[in-house]
Amino acid sequence: MIAAMMTLTMLGSLLGLLLSLAARFFQVPSDALREDIMELLPGVNCGQCGYPGCGGAADALVAGTAAPTLCPPGGAALARTLAAKLGRALDASGGPPLLAEIDESLCIGCAHCGKLCATDAIIGAPKQIHVVLQEACTGCGVCVEVCPTECLQLRPQKPTFDSWCWPKPALVGV
Amino acid sequence: MRLHDFRGGVHPPSQKHLSAGRPIESLPLPSRLYIPLQQHAGAPALPVVAVGQQVGKGELLARAQGATSAPLHAPSSGRIAAIGEFTAPHASGLPLPTIILETDGEERWAERESLPDPFELSPEEVARRVGAAGIVGMGGANFPAAVKLSKARQAGVHTLVINGAECEPYVTCDDQLMRERAGEIADGIAIMLHALQASHAVVAIENNKPEAVEAMSDACRHDARIEVLSLPSRYPAGSAKQLIQLLTGLETPAGGRGTDTGLLVHNVGTAYAAHRALRHDRPLISRIVTVSGGAVPEPRNLEVPIGALAADLLAYCGGVSDESARLLMGGPMMGQPLPGPQVPVIKGTNGILALTPDEIGEASEPSPCIRCGRCVEACPMGLLPLELSKRARGEDWEGIQALGLSDCMSCGSCAYVCPSHIPLPQYFAYARDMLAAQRREEQKARRTRELMEQRQARFERQERAKAEAAAQRRAAKKPRTAVLEADED
Repeated sequence: MIAAMMTLTMLGSLLGLLLSLAARFFQVPSDALREDIMELLPGVNCGQCGYPGCGGAADALVAGTAAPTLCPPGGAALARTLAAKLGRALDASGGPPLLAEIDESLCIGCAHCGKLCATDAIIGAPKQIHVVLQEACTGCGVCVEVCPTECLQLRPQKPTFDSWCWPKPALVGV
Repeated sequence: MRLHDFRGGVHPPSQKHLSAGRPIESLPLPSRLYIPLQQHAGAPALPVVAVGQQVGKGELLARAQGATSAPLHAPSSGRIAAIGEFTAPHASGLPLPTIILETDGEERWAERESLPDPFELSPEEVARRVGAAGIVGMGGANFPAAVKLSKARQAGVHTLVINGAECEPYVTCDDQLMRERAGEIADGIAIMLHALQASHAVVAIENNKPEAVEAMSDACRHDARIEVLSLPSRYPAGSAKQLIQLLTGLETPAGGRGTDTGLLVHNVGTAYAAHRALRHDRPLISRIVTVSGGAVPEPRNLEVPIGALAADLLAYCGGVSDESARLLMGGPMMGQPLPGPQVPVIKGTNGILALTPDEIGEASEPSPCIRCGRCVEACPMGLLPLELSKRARGEDWEGIQALGLSDCMSCGSCAYVCPSHIPLPQYFAYARDMLAAQRREEQKARRTRELMEQRQARFERQERAKAEAAAQRRAAKKPRTAVLEADED
């Protein structure tokens, strides 16, 4: 009876010790920053950034090999949060955001573009004229490359009544 | 009632003598009226008429859409010429969806229903009728009046404040309305008191309008619930929050509403419109507009159908005498610079001004901030305009929000006193628009994420459906093979 108890106690403490040593020496380092960035990214692994999924993009961002503007679906809002998170300057020289537009006179309704769009922003049945829903388009440009007639182009957006902004006062020496 | 005080404020030259005391004249009916679908806070109205349709005066053109919205009515009889886009009365000069009405000059009213006594109706019904008449805040805020009335009744507002302060320089439309139509306004106030179930009303008028004070006092004498008060003239006493502070000494909390203090502020024009709607079944289709400014040869107070072009009004007042004049909708302190005279008058338009460069002080070039702090003294909201503008210039959006940009009401007092002529309100407008653009971007990013997830889910669903179909096919095949095997046996 006592021998059995002793054996089990010793076995338990030995295994416990082994486990705690294993946790210390074989630990896989998990990066808190990477986790945070994964939270921010869309997380659907569309691959538009050129990295293998959002995990790959997060690794590149942490390593500093990718710019905070890498994610087309995230847009300017994500670029800003990423830049703030990583403490990096945001290259704001991009100008106004470009969105895809279809020239109806050239569209042949091949329906190649709609299949690729990550946000389902292009609608239209085969052999019918297609149209881009501007409020869903992220301007990633995947559709532009597959269009056989080049009717899909990225164009800067004209301001509307709701999106118009007062210009910054241009003052010299103030 | 003992008056309190509000902080800051300025005394710009009132220039009201240009148009004050000029009787209200009707603008000759223009041949075309341009009625934007969005001329109120909230969702745009939804057209219910078709192109080519004949409409009577006062007929419904577009119905309210959603809880905060307002319907539009035909300002005159005629034919709907088009429903398209037309330049908005806004600094951007961008178009808004607009109903274009070709008037026939007959002024034929649409059929009207006979009206019950408004005091027999329930408060909810009075508010509903105010909303159905398309009445919005006539002081320039354009907030649907019915929404304000119902919300205030639920919040238990005890006092209705009728704002006749009209503190903007040049503008005299409320002054003239009170002088000429005080009886109708008093009746409108009684109707609004009924809709609010409030016990007391105060008509607040700046003391530079003694005739209006007298006329309103006379008209309200028979009703003990209505008190007429003369306020000291100081800009911006006519702002709702400052007016409440003047009357009660209570400050509206940051981010809060005026009704949090138990008071509701409505413009005199709104009370007049409520009287017209509830007593005569007339929707809001016209308003009084002051046409004034140094470049206007004959300043006037005009009763104008909604949708008349600023050019029509200016032409009736002798045209614009100075080529370099700046056109404004509203007063010179808070008004909207207009892209040109070809923009329509909307429900909240209280003035069309053509100001000469001298009046605006365009000659003075901005120079660096000397941190004199005069803007801080002038700010009625207790903000630090010099610090706010510094952050707007440096694009420090978090900093500017922390300093209370959202409490700024763009009254322009800071710019008025600035010895360096720094365009402070433009900086704040720029910052506000930039923050709004950021919010839109964030919303779009969230939406994108949703769309991508939905697409992913759809693919998974399709995969699953395919796999199930394949499994079914296999299952359907199996018994047959079993049968075949049985046959072979």
